[in-house]
Amino acid sequence: MLEIKDGKKILTTPVSAEDLAEIRIGDIVYLNGSMTTCRDVAHRRLVEAGRKLPVDVRDAAIFHAGPIIRPLENDKFEMVSVGPTTSMRMEKFEKEFVEQTGVKVIIGKGGMGPNTEYACKNYKAIHCVFPAGNAVVAATEVEEIVDAQWRDLGMPETLWHCRVREFGPLIVSIDTEGRNLFEENKVIFNERKEKAIEEICKQVSFIK
Amino acid sequence: MDKREQAEQLTRYMANFVDHIGKVLPDDIIAKLDELAEKEDSPLSRVIYSTMKRNQKLAKELNRPSCQDTGVLQFWVKCGASFPLIGELEGLLKEAVVKATFQAPLRHNSVETFDEYNTGKNVGKGTPTVFWDIVPDSNGCEIYTYMAGGGCTLPGKAMVLMPGAGYEGVTRFVMDVMTSYGLNACPPLLVGVGVATSVETAALLSKKALMRPLGSRNENERAALMEKLLEDGINAIGLGPQGMGGKYSVMGVHVENTARHPSTIGVAVNVGCWSHRRGHIIFDKDLNYRITTHSEVTL
Ligand code: SF4
Repeated sequence: MLEIKDGKKILTTPVSAEDLAEIRIGDIVYLNGSMTTCRDVAHRRLVEAGRKLPVDVRDAAIFHAGPIIRPLENDKFEMVSVGPTTSMRMEKFEKEFVEQTGVKVIIGKGGMGPNTEYACKNYKAIHCVFPAGNAVVAATEVEEIVDAQWRDLGMPETLWHCRVREFGPLIVSIDTEGRNLFEENKVIFNERKEKAIEEICKQVSFIK
Repeated sequence: MDKREQAEQLTRYMANFVDHIGKVLPDDIIAKLDELAEKEDSPLSRVIYSTMKRNQKLAKELNRPSCQDTGVLQFWVKCGASFPLIGELEGLLKEAVVKATFQAPLRHNSVETFDEYNTGKNVGKGTPTVFWDIVPDSNGCEIYTYMAGGGCTLPGKAMVLMPGAGYEGVTRFVMDVMTSYGLNACPPLLVGVGVATSVETAALLSKKALMRPLGSRNENERAALMEKLLEDGINAIGLGPQGMGGKYSVMGVHVENTARHPSTIGVAVNVGCWSHRRGHIIFDKDLNYRITTHSEVTL
């Protein structure tokens, strides 16, 4: 479901293709509902080893992140600190991952490449960036850790299935048309860089 | 206090200081982030800066490290030749990191190379890193403390240019790093540049450059000009907060230099991220201390 509250775009899971249809790169959204941390080894197990993900992420969100968790009583956990990790590491697996799991929102850090663009366009999903370095904000937006699977992978790689409340800001970096904010920015940044180098070089001929 | 008690005291102070810098940014960085937040006007930049502000407030209130990557600890010590604990210093800094790791808590960020296992203590062979400068005719000790996170360490690069490449070559070298890895190092960045003879001399200078207070300038006029030109040039790229686009890219550019071999120009670049967790503390021989980077801290 997509709603606008106090000017904030809020996606609540389950998220449908229609909910994402009007969302564009550069938009800021927030997430309510189901989000599961999922990174390197979990992707590898699903895509390379053909194992089924033990958490259902269909129409929900995954977060490329390795959190610091505090165990509570009765097999409950608290999120102490969580921040995004470089999404590009999962690029290799993301097309198959999205196809097989039906995940709709992928959250991480930095850009992703053509595999993810393909997946977002054809399976109607988005990739978003959570601004890194804000681990306490992210942790306090996790209401509850409802489940923990593949614990054999250790704390950072475990699938921590969370219920989140207005989790964000999430900056959309790949939309359902397959447009890629980082790739588009890169072209602009490089043009500006060349101009800046030219300017500076006029003034630094110190070796005569 | 006997020597053992003194060493324990200094270990405690340094553990508390390391713990603190993981939670609260230096005064100059906070002021600069506020200033840049004011100057950016796109909704995207504003949201990111206000998230950073909220994060730092929550980190302090909840007493948690502000970024989950608390880095590898690096210390640059300028130690007086007659500082009473000069011989104990390296060992006690390691112990202080272990203490801070469990107290703060900090992430376990020390993986032994080749054997490839995490020590689980945040220290290992050669970590924390200690860079030494011995100060003659002094009995005090100055310590810079830095948390080198993964994202902001990744852009680090050094090379040796031929003199023909000139300072034009130095410019391109620095600028190219900004749009490749710099982008993902959580801008606004602090950029440290070292200009010297070889890779290691330039590289060490580029790290030391990150320890300077924001807004300070190299005392050589041309080097200071280069700092200003690079700062304006990198800002003109418009990386914005988190590299998502904006009007500014950096908190500052600091250049450190030495003389060079006539046939080489060693150049290196190191970047600090927006969460630039550096601290600076000065001890006298009786361990009375003064902290220059963070106001209102008692250890
Ligand atoms: S680059 Fe800095 S702010 Fe970003 S995740 Fe790494 S340590 Fe944290």
